[in-house]
Parts: sequence; structure tokens; C-alpha cells
Amino acid sequence: MGDDLKTMLADLKEKEALEIVKNRLDQGEDPLNILEDARRGMEIVGERFARGEYFIPDLIFSGEILKQITDMVKPRISKSEKNKKIGKVVLGTVAGDIHDIGLNIVDFMLDVNGFEVFNLGVDVAPQRFVDKIKETDSGIVGLSGFLTLAFDSMKETVEAIKKAGLRNKVKIMIGGGQIDEKIREYTGADAYGKDAMAAVTLAKRWVGGM
Amino acid sequence: MDKNPEQLYREREKRVNDAIQLKIPDRVPFWFQDISFFPAKYVGTTPQALMCDDEVFVSAYKKTIMDFEPDMYFNPGHAIHTPGDALEIIDSKQVKIPGREISPYHTFQFIEDEYMKPEEYDDFLSDPTGYTICVYLPRVLGKMGPFSRIPPITGLLLGYFGLPLISAFTTPDITSAIESFYKAGKAIARHNSAVARLHKELKEAGFPLACGGITLTPFDVLSDTLRGMRGLMLDIYRQPDKVLSAIEKLLPMLIGLGKAGAKMSGVMRVFIPLHRGAHGFLSLKQFETFYWPGLKRMILALIEEGITPCPFFEGDYTSRLEYLAELPKGKILGLFDATDIFKAKEILKNTMCISGMMPLSLLQVGTPEEIKDYAKKLIDIVGKDGGFIMGPRSAMDECDPERVKIWAEFTKTYGIYQ
Repeated sequence: MGDDLKTMLADLKEKEALEIVKNRLDQGEDPLNILEDARRGMEIVGERFARGEYFIPDLIFSGEILKQITDMVKPRISKSEKNKKIGKVVLGTVAGDIHDIGLNIVDFMLDVNGFEVFNLGVDVAPQRFVDKIKETDSGIVGLSGFLTLAFDSMKETVEAIKKAGLRNKVKIMIGGGQIDEKIREYTGADAYGKDAMAAVTLAKRWVGGM
Repeated sequence: MDKNPEQLYREREKRVNDAIQLKIPDRVPFWFQDISFFPAKYVGTTPQALMCDDEVFVSAYKKTIMDFEPDMYFNPGHAIHTPGDALEIIDSKQVKIPGREISPYHTFQFIEDEYMKPEEYDDFLSDPTGYTICVYLPRVLGKMGPFSRIPPITGLLLGYFGLPLISAFTTPDITSAIESFYKAGKAIARHNSAVARLHKELKEAGFPLACGGITLTPFDVLSDTLRGMRGLMLDIYRQPDKVLSAIEKLLPMLIGLGKAGAKMSGVMRVFIPLHRGAHGFLSLKQFETFYWPGLKRMILALIEEGITPCPFFEGDYTSRLEYLAELPKGKILGLFDATDIFKAKEILKNTMCISGMMPLSLLQVGTPEEIKDYAKKLIDIVGKDGGFIMGPRSAMDECDPERVKIWAEFTKTYGIYQ
């Protein structure tokens, strides 16, 4: 039965997936089991995205189905869910830029690959990155930017992290729009990622996962 | 002997047209493609001033074009769209204006949202005009809020029976909305006359305008300004038929918009910035179903009118090149961003003129050698046998004028066809 939910979610069958969740809840099943199956389904969605079988509409739709599942299941959960995470990542679109498509895909992919993601959203000032790194003790930072003004904002963010004495404690990756290796060099970040899969590969490498 | 502006104009227009027709021009044409707010940086002013002061706008763009001497110039009206004061008067919810919500040194930014609700497709489809006036405008323009309370305009179809309806336009809130509409319209008209003056002066100075009109694909209108990307992508799953019907409804209107722009300006090239058709945004199957048919029909319809469509393939179109190769030969100027340059040339060399692909990273922080090396590679590979126009990958907002100069000069000397 767990496989059914996993498969239906992975195949983006909204009605079927929700039906299964409803039935299982009605039968009094442990809500955490249901969430775990949903998580496995999302993992497959991530894999298919990484293989180029799924695209943005599929990610968005799977997220929408997952949200409904979570909404159904959450009221029944008494103890808090504790999932093992393999690392922490602070993520955000840098100051002056309000684009978030790439940002949210990277968030999605890191999340389904087992990272705890602190997504600060868009137009994030350097100091907010610094504060969040301190607060969460994250070892990885992802800077996103679509506009070319992001080149300087990224550079300023890397410098702020350096000034705060955190540069040796974090690895910084950048990506989005017109960003390339040249801009990595310019900003002083550790790596440039072409897409969300590259972000996952980098993050895994940095936590020693592969 | 120095050529006069008229000769230069003809020479530049021919150079560009030769490239578009896939012939070999005298040299690789050069232009700024999406010049965007680069003139602010070049003349030492701010995007805020460019967007909010017509005089600054005209002089900055004029100086930039006169100094760099491109073979045609991107329509500055397509960079600014709407002057800042008009947006402010009408209280646009969709634009962050430099110097107000965002830094005066940054360009305006568009706020995408679900301006049309998922259950409203039928309202839109059955009466697009009524929907626009009574539902859409009140949501996107703060001052037009009261228009959500006017009775259905179609009541006027009853002729003299229906005429009492117009008394609805006399209430204080509606009157004030109409006043704001009028004031914003006046501000835009003033800005338009500044744009027209700029065009006139640049033409007299020998510079052809690149695109006289602008339009969008139906899918992008749905995604950008109606449903928002997230909403539209859920619709693809939950109500695909409605999405297709809306595309059908929008297509003729949007083709008409492109034609009207070309005819009004007399410049028979139309800019079509593409947003959500790129790799990553849609699978090939989704692209084939929801994006490509609208784009292809739009391109063919414009060509039929004697217009050269100039689609900007923003993002990566490498996986879609085979589709583009279906288009008529020598009739299109394709602006490219992150697409694989080698493959684009290989697959499209007998279909469309390729423009763009110069990395903004190099034009912002590259060394002179890196800039020249990359430009050389573009000219050697994509420029081989003509059909290529040198341009930047995307909006030039933050490019460094010195580096742009190196790039322009190199292109104009190295780009000469022997």
C-alpha cells in the first residue's frame, strides 16, 4: 500500500494519491508512515527531474499534491516528525533581485535529496545570509540571481560572510540567469552550478556524501 | 570621404537585411539587442532617471547609440515600456519602480502573480474585453479598483434601451478611476512623443530601428500576466482544455498587436520575447502541445504580412532547435541567450539569422582578451557564411562601457567578410 502512494505521487496522479491518503487515514494508520511514503514519492520526482524526464510543471504539480497530503495528515500528528538530514543549506536570491523560479527548484531538489534547506526568499541582503548561517550553523550557502545586478550583490554577500568570520566555515555556490564560471571567480564563491542538479552534486560533495 | 547619415542608414539596413536573409554582408552586423538600461550606466545616470525623466531618457539613449554606432538599435520603448510617473499615477501592482520600492540604481522589476484565478477561464473566454475591464484592471491597477463595480458593458448592446447604464460612470469612485486612467494615459502619451523624437533623431543620424512592434506568445501572456507561472503549470494538469482554448482566443489578438506595431512605426520587424518555452520550463511534449503551435502560427502569420519576426529565445533552446528548423528560410531574426552556439548554427544555418550569445559576464567583468576571444569564436563559427548578427546574450543593464567598447570595436574590425 505504501508503494501505491509513492507511485501515484511520483506519477503525479493527484486524485488517486489523495484518495489513498484519505483511506489510510480513515483506517487509522500512523500518519508518519503516510508522510514517509509521500517523501519517497517526492524522491522519485526529484530523480526524474534530474534525468530530464520531469520539468518545472511537474515539480510544481508534485509540490501541490504533497501540500494537500501534508494538510490532510498534519492534524493527526501528535509527535513531531524527525527526519535525518544530511546537511544544512542557507539559500536565497541576492539583494536587488526578486526572481525565484531557479531558487525554488534548487530548494526542491536539495530538499528531496535529504538536505535541510533554509530558504530566505528573494532580495536578501548580505547580513540576512550572515545571520541565518550563524543561527542555523549551516555549512553550505546557495546564492541565486537572474539579473546581472546579482553579480555585485553576490560578491558583496561573499564579502559579508568573510567579514563575519564565517568564510572558512561555509562553502558557497552560485547560479542562475547569466551566472557562469567567470562570475564565480569575480564573486569569490566556491563553485558555480549550471542547474539544480549541479547544486545537489555540489552540496553532496561538500557534506562528504559522494 | 565620410559617408552622410543617409548613406550610412542604407548601408546598415542592408548589412542587417543581408544577414537576416542568410546572405553574406560586408561585415558581421553589430547591435545591442536588449540594450535595456545600459545607457544609464554609460552616461552616468540611474535607471530611475531613465524611467522617470523623458529628457534624460532621450539624451542617454541617443548618446549611447551615437557613440557605439550599432547597425540597428533596440527600441528603447521596449526596454522601458511604461514611464515611472504613469505607473505611479495608476498604482500599478505589477511593477517595482526604481527609486520607490527598489534601489534607484536597479532596473524596474515585474511582479508575477495569479492575477486571473483558476476558475475564471470561462469568464475570460466568453468576454475577454469585459473581463479585462471589470476584473483584470481592478486587480493590476490600484486606481482602477472601482471598475469591478460597473455593470456589464454589453448592456449597451441594447442601444437606446441600454443607455441608462452609462450613469454608472458618474459615481465619485468611478469618476476618480477614469481621471487616473486619463492622467496616466497623458503621461504615457508624453513619453511616447519623447520616444518618437528619439527615433526621428536617430534615423536622421543614420541608425535604423531594429523592431517597430512587440508582442508575446499566448502561453507567455497566460503565464506572465494572467495566471502566473505556477498557476498556469497547475492548469496544464488540471484543466488543459481551458489552457488550449485561452491560447486560441489570445493568438489572433497577439498577432494583431505585432502587426499594428509594425504598421504604425513603418519598421517591419517585430520583437517577440519568449519566456516559458525554454528548456527546463516545459517537457518537449508540453512544449509541443502548449507552446510551439502558438509561437509557430504567430511567426508564420507575421511573415505573411511581410514582417520579420524577431523572437528572443531566452534561456536554453538547444533541445528545441529541430522545431525552429521547421520555419521558413531567411525570414526570421532569432535572438539567442544560453543555447549551444555550435548546435544552433549547425541546425539553423539554412533557416534563420542568429543573433546574440555574447556572455554578459564577460561584458561586465571579463578581461579584454577573454572578450575578444569569445567574440572571435562567435564570428568564426556562427558568423561563417553570414546569417549572424553580433549581440549580447540578454539585457545589458550592468555591462561595463569600456568592455562594451572593446567588444564593439573588435567585431567591426575582425567581423569584416573577406
